[in-house]
Amino acid sequence: MKAIIKYISSIFKALKSLFRGMAVTGHYISHPKEIITQQYPENRETLKMFDMFRGEVVLTHNERNEHRCTGCSACEVACPNGSIEIISKRIEMPDGKKKKVIDKFVYHLSMCTFCNLCILSCPTDAIKMSQDFEHAVFDRSQLTKVLNKTGSKLMEGVR
Amino acid sequence: MAETHINTISGKPLESQEYLINMGPQHPSTHGVLRLLLTLDGEIIHKVEPHLGYIHRSIEKMCEKDSYTQIVHLTDRMDYLSSHMNNEAVSLAVEQGLELEMPERVKVIRTIISELTRLSSHQLWWGVFGMDLGAITTFLYGFRDREMIIDIFEETCGARLTMNYNVPGGLMFDIHPNFQKRTKAFVAHFKQKLPEYDQLLTGNVIFELRTKGVGILSKEDAISYGVTGPSGRASGFSNDVRKHNPYSAYSQVEFKEALSEEGDSYARYKVRIQEMWESLSIIEQLIDNIPEGDYKAKTKAVIKLPKGEYYQKVETARGEFGVYIISEGGKSPYRLKFRSPGFSNLSALDHMAKGAKIGDLVVIMSTLDLVIPDIDR
Ligand code: SF4
Ligand code: SF4
Repeated sequence: MKAIIKYISSIFKALKSLFRGMAVTGHYISHPKEIITQQYPENRETLKMFDMFRGEVVLTHNERNEHRCTGCSACEVACPNGSIEIISKRIEMPDGKKKKVIDKFVYHLSMCTFCNLCILSCPTDAIKMSQDFEHAVFDRSQLTKVLNKTGSKLMEGVR
Repeated sequence: MAETHINTISGKPLESQEYLINMGPQHPSTHGVLRLLLTLDGEIIHKVEPHLGYIHRSIEKMCEKDSYTQIVHLTDRMDYLSSHMNNEAVSLAVEQGLELEMPERVKVIRTIISELTRLSSHQLWWGVFGMDLGAITTFLYGFRDREMIIDIFEETCGARLTMNYNVPGGLMFDIHPNFQKRTKAFVAHFKQKLPEYDQLLTGNVIFELRTKGVGILSKEDAISYGVTGPSGRASGFSNDVRKHNPYSAYSQVEFKEALSEEGDSYARYKVRIQEMWESLSIIEQLIDNIPEGDYKAKTKAVIKLPKGEYYQKVETARGEFGVYIISEGGKSPYRLKFRSPGFSNLSALDHMAKGAKIGDLVVIMSTLDLVIPDIDR
């Protein structure tokens, strides 16, 4: 007899425990304001990442198409996995002196681990992280980028 | 062990025998590429042999060519759910070699973020554990609360998971002005939501039947297999590095080490829930008292460790994580060895799963909270 009572009460206890869980779910059905789901990509316009977000490395250019990179290769050395390649060239200055400037700032997004070490190592603050996170492309070669824009040159006064 | 059955037509005895089956490497409940070779008799497990190597990246070898600043980011990719603590271990080991004393501010911030990381890891574990048992709901609840923590990280250091926020000598940046506000908002939020976790899972009859008495690990076995972290503490093995060898600001805070005696899957579950409460309390004690000062001690641009051997252990969300550096005086280590908690915890799986059913194996694995890249590095 005792065993039967124990058995039946355990069934009720079990049922109660199930409803306890269901109550939580029920609470959220009746309180849609507490739901935090975002609709991506519908909210693309309003979705803003934090300023610190490490999206990808970019070389900042000002409105006169000038950048701050002197081609010192400190970022290339700091990078743990060779995602950055600085290809420099020598150009002749108007006063006849030769000067080393960057020819290509090659950045392999596919290898980058977003560790931020390159940004920290740059003595002239030429590079920064952009907040762009939609990196998907159809071909891997598109992930190798040349960061300096065509025709860009070194900003006055940066050395 | 193998029972004999009678063939009803011929009347001759039929021999049943053990058979082998692969679980993984792409099994959803292994949470990564872990391959288990099971020796079964019917549904009863006789032996579990983990086969590793599917996600081996030779991180230790890579460390031998990287500078000490670069090594830190590799540890993100081991136990990615405890990335901050892993980073901290390397940073502390290097600082130990340089005999650098960290500013108080660094210690406190490191501790707060470590506890936030532990919380986020346990939240994810809780959600996934429910899912392994067939309850998808928990997954969504776990991720809802975890997202708030991830937002705090993202705002302060720019990364969500692979943080690389510790550098040898301090922190990469100072905390964001919103950090304290957000963390407090999270603590207040999560204190209300954590009882919901109990309501959804802890008392649930199906959950209790599937976890209680499943995968029992005795204290002696936990010690001999080196099972640390919440999994070891559930067996009564007091091994909290934060308590026994306090680092950063853990000596300044009061918290209880969550312990249990039973050693079954349910105990491991309860210990983690208890740890979440403790982490909340640690954060509350520190968040209002972040000292002013530098977020970084002065270090040379190229860090060279003096010749010698350095060991530092920290408590990650999975247990004791150790970094052992042998330096010859150069700018990268001669040899670096990681003691990862997941590897030792996995080694006890065979012992725990012997005699259990396949369905129980999923529960046992889930309560060990294995992260495969941590095991196979
Ligand atoms: S973020 Fe790290 S991995 Fe990426 S380019 Fe910079 S240094 Fe290299
Ligand atoms: S980006 Fe900065 S560190 Fe890299 S080459 Fe240019 S100036 Fe040097």
